[in-house]
Amino acid sequence: MDFSLSPEHEMVQKMVRDFARQEVAPIIKEWDRKQEMAPFILPRMAELGILGVCIPVRYGGQGMDYISLGLVCEELEAVDTTLRVVMSVHMGLCSMGILQWGTEEQKQKFLVPLARGEKYGAFGLTEPGAGSDVAAIASTARREGDEYVLNGEKMWISLATKAHTVLWVARTNPEAPDPHDGLSAFILETDRPGVTSGDIHGKLGVRAGSTGWIHCQDVRIPAENRLGEEGEGFKIAMSCLDNGRYTVAAGATGLIRACLEASVAYANERKAFGRPISRHQLVQQKIAYMTQWYETSRLLYLRAGWLKNQGKRNTRETSLAKWFATDMSFQAASEAVQIHGAYGYSDEYDVERYLRNARGAMIYEGTSEIQQLIQAGYALGLRKDATLRKELPAYDPEAWQAEA
Amino acid sequence: MNIVVCVKQTPDTAATVTVEDGRISWGDAPLVLNPWDEFAVEQALLTKEAYGGKVTALTMGPEGPNEALKMALAMGADEAVLISDPALEEADTLIASRVLAKGIEKLAPVDLVFFGRSSVDSESGVLGSQVARRLGWPTLSLVAAINTLDPEGGSIEVERMLEEGRQVVRSKLPAVVSVVKEINEPRYPSFMGIRRAARVEIPLWTLADLGLEAVGSPAVAWPEIFAPPKVETSCEFIEGDSPREIAKKLAERLIEEKVI
Repeated sequence: MDFSLSPEHEMVQKMVRDFARQEVAPIIKEWDRKQEMAPFILPRMAELGILGVCIPVRYGGQGMDYISLGLVCEELEAVDTTLRVVMSVHMGLCSMGILQWGTEEQKQKFLVPLARGEKYGAFGLTEPGAGSDVAAIASTARREGDEYVLNGEKMWISLATKAHTVLWVARTNPEAPDPHDGLSAFILETDRPGVTSGDIHGKLGVRAGSTGWIHCQDVRIPAENRLGEEGEGFKIAMSCLDNGRYTVAAGATGLIRACLEASVAYANERKAFGRPISRHQLVQQKIAYMTQWYETSRLLYLRAGWLKNQGKRNTRETSLAKWFATDMSFQAASEAVQIHGAYGYSDEYDVERYLRNARGAMIYEGTSEIQQLIQAGYALGLRKDATLRKELPAYDPEAWQAEA
Repeated sequence: MNIVVCVKQTPDTAATVTVEDGRISWGDAPLVLNPWDEFAVEQALLTKEAYGGKVTALTMGPEGPNEALKMALAMGADEAVLISDPALEEADTLIASRVLAKGIEKLAPVDLVFFGRSSVDSESGVLGSQVARRLGWPTLSLVAAINTLDPEGGSIEVERMLEEGRQVVRSKLPAVVSVVKEINEPRYPSFMGIRRAARVEIPLWTLADLGLEAVGSPAVAWPEIFAPPKVETSCEFIEGDSPREIAKKLAERLIEEKVI
């Protein structure tokens, strides 16, 4: 067993950390207040190759492994959650979904521009009336000759107004005895006639990001835009979540680290009762817990990343990492605010933003409650991983870095 | 153009420096490419991109992984060379300049050598000039801009950043250029570069490889090192009913404290 990161991993970590600290940290408060995404973020992440980090070079990516993806997410969210959200939807949910399920033609056509960062990806699963209850999806896709006609609305979609390519889940068979089996997945280009979108404002957190709705009104897409088989949509969506949740877990770990670092700095500086508050035991207890949460979350997500590298199924491990890290990131942020006292309650310090940003991750990509059901299901033997027709490919450095 | 960039591995500047038993300790701070050298590497890469050729990163340091060379390679340097020898453990800049000059001669023919203005650990800031002297080349220090570069004609014109202003200097090539942070915006390493840097075998040259038998003992010794006394600062708010009154009180206090 080897717990050390490779020199490659360490350099990736430093590169992304430098980018986030130097270019985003100084301006993030301003954009968080404006409730808008800073316009340079996506093109800059594309230019630096971050948007294609773990996609094979022959599909336009950078050929790094899945652990690198986790490290990137940790570094990004240590500065702001909205940066990591980009990776969750563009990479975890959309690009990796196409990598796993797409045909060679689909990869060439859709994955290459996504990995190069020429286009941005999003994931259209959640609807106004269907969140955790995926089987309640009301969007439809009707086959007409060589085309599908899409209708319906997706809600709470990250990068809704920025994405060019959306992995869209809709009902193709309303008659399916099990409604899960009536769903199919599609690759939707947002410049098609009938697609409209908008951002949602007034969110508690992730305010410097784009979250919105996408509406399809009689949108015609060629049949070759279907990802996987008809009726495979639920399985595809769930496998995408195995990747999306991994990025959320890694990111939440970064958020815990940010809370810990901010708290240590403040506790050493702020004095009460004649000494730095870091010398008071109840403050120390909070710092101790944050350390525990950080280290544990980190081990959990790195194990999930290792499993991905090996090509092993990781639904259980990823879900556990996501549940623990997101719950603990909210708790860490709350304790960080407590340590900062009244200052922590104002936006003079970053910790109030951490608290607001942490809350959402307990809801999106499977609520904490859904993760608990998954864990209980495995432990009680009620849930078993069914073999998928296509698994996420194991990381193979040679294949990943081959030019063609 | 054959370009050499001399770099150094230093502790991260975020580290806390302490003095332990008369020696400087950086604790367990991570090692990084000397921040000033990032500008030198960037300028070497920009020069190569504009005029073609190759960039070799050169350093002197202990045997083993070298963060400065790895970073230079990850940013895009073509090659890297580590000069390492047990005899260099206590080297001062006179010795280092001799060794680096020999290394540059071994890479001949070299057109341009870049240095950062100084290193964040020892801060001598003279190594570039010393190397130039050893090579018998012109030294262009504190360079904030390269106005013209003519590899064929063998000339370079730069702007030096001085306290009084900028000084335009022309010289022939080959030359040694040490750069300041105003000259460019260093790039981040690319993922491709990172992969290459992590895998490439970096050649190690010993003194014998450079044709040096002995380097002598350092001319500079550090008999004592101590941390600067801790400065206790306190913050005092000057209050008053009107800005005029506050300003008056402030001026009085500043005179009283002999600040003005």
